[in-house]
Amino acid sequence: MALLDIQGVTRRFGDFTAIDGVSLAIEAGEFFTLLGPSGCGKTTLLRMIAGFDLPDAGRILLDGEDLAGRPPELRPVRTVFQSYALFPHMTVEGNVAFPLQMARVPAGERKARIEAALEDVRLIGFNRRYPHELSGGQKQRVAIARALVTRPTMLLLDEPLAALDAKLREELQIELINLQKEVGIAFVYVTHDQTEALALSHRIAVMNHGRVEQLDEPSRIYGFPRTRFVADFIGHCNLLSGPVAANADGVVTVDVAGLGPVRVAVRSSIASSAQGTVALRPEKIRISASAPVDTPDNHCRGTVADLLYMGDVTVYRVETPGGSRVEALLANSQGGRAKFFEVGDAVEMSWPVNAGHFIEG
Amino acid sequence: MANRRGRRMGAWLVSGPPLVYLLVFFAAPALIMVLASFRSPAEFGGLAPLVDEAGKLDLNVDSYVRFFTETVFMRVFVKSAWYAALTTLTCLLLAYPLATLIAKSSAKYRDLLLLLVILPFWSNFLIRIYAWMIILGPNAALAKLVNGIRALFGAGPVPLLFSGFAVLVCLVYVHLPFMVLPIYANLEKHDQALLDAAQDLGATAWQRFWRITFPLSLPGVFAGAALVFIPALGIFAIPDILGGPEDTLIGNLIKQQFLETRDWPFGSVLSIALTVAALVLAGIAAWVARRGSGASRA
Repeated sequence: MALLDIQGVTRRFGDFTAIDGVSLAIEAGEFFTLLGPSGCGKTTLLRMIAGFDLPDAGRILLDGEDLAGRPPELRPVRTVFQSYALFPHMTVEGNVAFPLQMARVPAGERKARIEAALEDVRLIGFNRRYPHELSGGQKQRVAIARALVTRPTMLLLDEPLAALDAKLREELQIELINLQKEVGIAFVYVTHDQTEALALSHRIAVMNHGRVEQLDEPSRIYGFPRTRFVADFIGHCNLLSGPVAANADGVVTVDVAGLGPVRVAVRSSIASSAQGTVALRPEKIRISASAPVDTPDNHCRGTVADLLYMGDVTVYRVETPGGSRVEALLANSQGGRAKFFEVGDAVEMSWPVNAGHFIEG
Repeated sequence: MANRRGRRMGAWLVSGPPLVYLLVFFAAPALIMVLASFRSPAEFGGLAPLVDEAGKLDLNVDSYVRFFTETVFMRVFVKSAWYAALTTLTCLLLAYPLATLIAKSSAKYRDLLLLLVILPFWSNFLIRIYAWMIILGPNAALAKLVNGIRALFGAGPVPLLFSGFAVLVCLVYVHLPFMVLPIYANLEKHDQALLDAAQDLGATAWQRFWRITFPLSLPGVFAGAALVFIPALGIFAIPDILGGPEDTLIGNLIKQQFLETRDWPFGSVLSIALTVAALVLAGIAAWVARRGSGASRA
């Protein structure tokens, strides 16, 4: 049985449906992420798990028990808020002691548990500091220690790293992975940052317009997006759409305007659909100055219209003679060269049938 | 350099007029009062000449000796402090829920409610006190109701007017807005996320109030307490109009010394004592407020 079972949950605000019949199950000890753009309903769903909001329809079960009648203070889940929400009039120790006091943990036992929680988040020796004397990263650690100190069955994290700078964010991501492994508590993590979701999670639910578009492991979400939205939202992706021209021997040919026929391998036999999209990641495209010597499955010419030099990689936007644009990515790792091509250069692009991923519709 | 000098001159130009105003109308009268407290009263009131006929400077501490040796004055002081403290406490108990209500109401009603709080200031202070004479008068509905209920239990009638009760009721009425406004201003800034976090961490509504909301509102509470207690300590119009003979407060005493007894030096001593008492109490309140909320300035 799953630890948390969300069954057909719907939440409306007036005419707006924030959550539209969502069902999903979260296992014990799992790092689960709700990923989506702002307004997709991920925070509403998190608030309903915490108890700050109630579903209009559907049920939320924790350990098999319906949470409907339980206010937030009686649910064995804890939230880490985006704004940290540390109590400004209490020290670090006072903040971490608060949930223990609420749970009536005897005073003698508190000290050791506070120390253990602060050790879990690597924040030793800050006990007497007040929140305004801490950096953003330290505040976040206190918020996590405070949420973990009572050993909840589940930790809910609402964009906890959004307010931190990129370098610190990466550092805390690694710490969060290790912390989750250490404490073994299920984490439900809400973010709009797809790289964060891919880096942290065991499983990701990609949400859009109050629905779950895809629920899968990170590598499958990235490699095998099930909808155009998922392909587009997670990383960069060329979405090449058109009518299906042929469908035989596990290879589908999509006739893309301005590009010509694009061949893509399909795993299982797909229902004969008239329209299709090939999701093609920029890094899967081979880009070169001369025509490839072998006979690639897909091949086209074009000129570099724009380029974005990112340091480690360069993103080239290539315009085909037919007027469509394809994004290709090249690592700048060889030969000490900064870039391989300039704007206006003629280039050849090729990719095998298994580089793309076919999406119906 | 020139820029910095120019900026300093600008600062003086801006802050100069209010500084001069305070010097002329606050510091100078205060100094005159301090000087007066060491002089002798003239035969028919006012002040005796500073330099007497023999050409000797006439300065003494007689009035201070009188203040510290005659216990009646200290008793009036204690009584005034008691009335002011009761007023402050009652105002706090009434104002806190009201300020909470205003802070939690939607923006549409908030301005209206705030307007209602300050509405009494639109009419004259004395007129409002006289209005209480009518409300508390022996033939008014309130007195009849109170005495009617008392009669049910076999108790005799009591007058509401010209009593400590009347003074307290009016003191609370007059000072209530000064308690509501600072507490409202504080509560209005509170972050809902803190209460959500407290609830998430297991705190009941009662615990959320006492552990989070109330401690964080203490700066507002202390500001309100100072704004109520200090003026209430020195008030004379309310006990004059609504009080009985027992309700002579320090403000009445000072007024008597200047206007009736015309012992200006002793009146000055009483005024100075009141100012010092108010400053000391305000200092204590500020110190407690800083200690209580030292960390809330995030």
